[in-house]
Amino acid sequence: MKEVKYQDIVNTVAKLCIDSNCLIGDDIINAFQNGLKVEESPTGKDILKQLIENAEISRNEMIPACQDTGVAVVFLQVGSGVKVVGGELFDAINAGVAKGYKDGYLRKSIVSDPLRRKNTGDNTPAFIHTEIVPGDSLKITVAPKGGGSENMSEIKMLTPAAGWEGIKKFVVDRVMRSKANPCPPIIVGVGIGGNFEKVAYLAKKALLRDIGTVHPDPFYQEKEKELLEEINKTGIGPQGFGGRVTALAVFIEAYPCHIASMPTAVNINCHAARHKTAVL
Amino acid sequence: MKKITTPLTEAAVKDLKAGDSVLITGIIYTGRDAAHKRLTDVLKANQPLPVDLKGQIIYYVGPAPAKPGYPIGPAGPTTSERMDPYTPALLAYGMKGMIGKGNRTPNVIEALKKYTGVYFAAVGGAAALIAKRIKKCETVAYDDLGPEAVMKLTVEDFPVVVVNDCYGNDLYEEGMKKYRKV
Ligand code: SF4
Repeated sequence: MKEVKYQDIVNTVAKLCIDSNCLIGDDIINAFQNGLKVEESPTGKDILKQLIENAEISRNEMIPACQDTGVAVVFLQVGSGVKVVGGELFDAINAGVAKGYKDGYLRKSIVSDPLRRKNTGDNTPAFIHTEIVPGDSLKITVAPKGGGSENMSEIKMLTPAAGWEGIKKFVVDRVMRSKANPCPPIIVGVGIGGNFEKVAYLAKKALLRDIGTVHPDPFYQEKEKELLEEINKTGIGPQGFGGRVTALAVFIEAYPCHIASMPTAVNINCHAARHKTAVL
Repeated sequence: MKKITTPLTEAAVKDLKAGDSVLITGIIYTGRDAAHKRLTDVLKANQPLPVDLKGQIIYYVGPAPAKPGYPIGPAGPTTSERMDPYTPALLAYGMKGMIGKGNRTPNVIEALKKYTGVYFAAVGGAAALIAKRIKKCETVAYDDLGPEAVMKLTVEDFPVVVVNDCYGNDLYEEGMKKYRKV
């Protein structure tokens, strides 16, 4: 058994919350640079330049790139040989989120009840997804997610007859209806398969990939490329002002499913695509 | 790139067309859902507004907390749609502009024509850059609303794009059509 200390988890999670919000990934900045080369709209180009400058200011001064520092979505891979000492694992995650959002001057955007809507004041609870894996390490990924892009996400219980064309239509249509709301250029996470609750998780998990990485399965590599091309034909463009660069990437996660089903979920992420990982 | 200063005159608004990139200098006010509800309730009751919005611009924003030494935290636009039910009354009163992100309802677009107003979008997610253009920030009304209180911002070269002008044009519609390939 490997012992991992409660306080180390708290400190790590706090740092991941701050770093993910302030240190926009190189993959995103590269994608903005590449976008500048293909964007035809002058306003669109100007937006991409502003986003590059924004990411630089944010990195240099350690201030969040976007004011909506989101829900703290936390993915855990807990090795079966890991034992947390000094407290409970989930308590440590929540304490880390509270600390990170306070110390990093991040916005607290969580209400304790969907209808009574009182702010919890420290951005907890975190939304935690846990996997038990072989080994003796604890892998923690913090992926803050803003409301504007999350609200543009959707699940559809497609049936096998809809086929790839049905999936494509649903995804492109979802992006079309989102227009400027998720702050394009966007990153599109697509979950296909599983069942109702599983497919939403797949779409979210897809968003953890870095731009430029390719799907391990060549079949889905092609599908991702096709979807990206279709989405970038919509003309929505940066911020919805019209242009070529509507999405920076499309990531698909597929999973086995029932003979009668083909659930599909679209989780839209904005260009403020934030995720940082640490291993304890 | 056009440069404008606040408060806006009728002529200044008429000079702005959908698609124009604009830099704003002067005073702008912040307001979100809760403040909008109160402002329009005050107008309905024929009471004076806590800040005079004649000729002014409201920015839909909920900033992150300011780090020590900064006038304001990251401050990008929030989705404008939520303010749509309140907007026509404020335009009728004399407010001239709004800054946010995302589409407005036909009611708002009509009101912009009728009362000569303009809707700008700021770049969603460019919050650190936008905060650099905000030089001063003070709460001027509805303190009890916390981060949703009405704040007075002193801005310099605040970057926006005209989405809906006073002629009924809509950049979201026209821009997308222009670059659409399907
Ligand atoms: S959609 Fe993303 S970039 Fe836009 S305001 Fe929300 S978190 Fe920020």
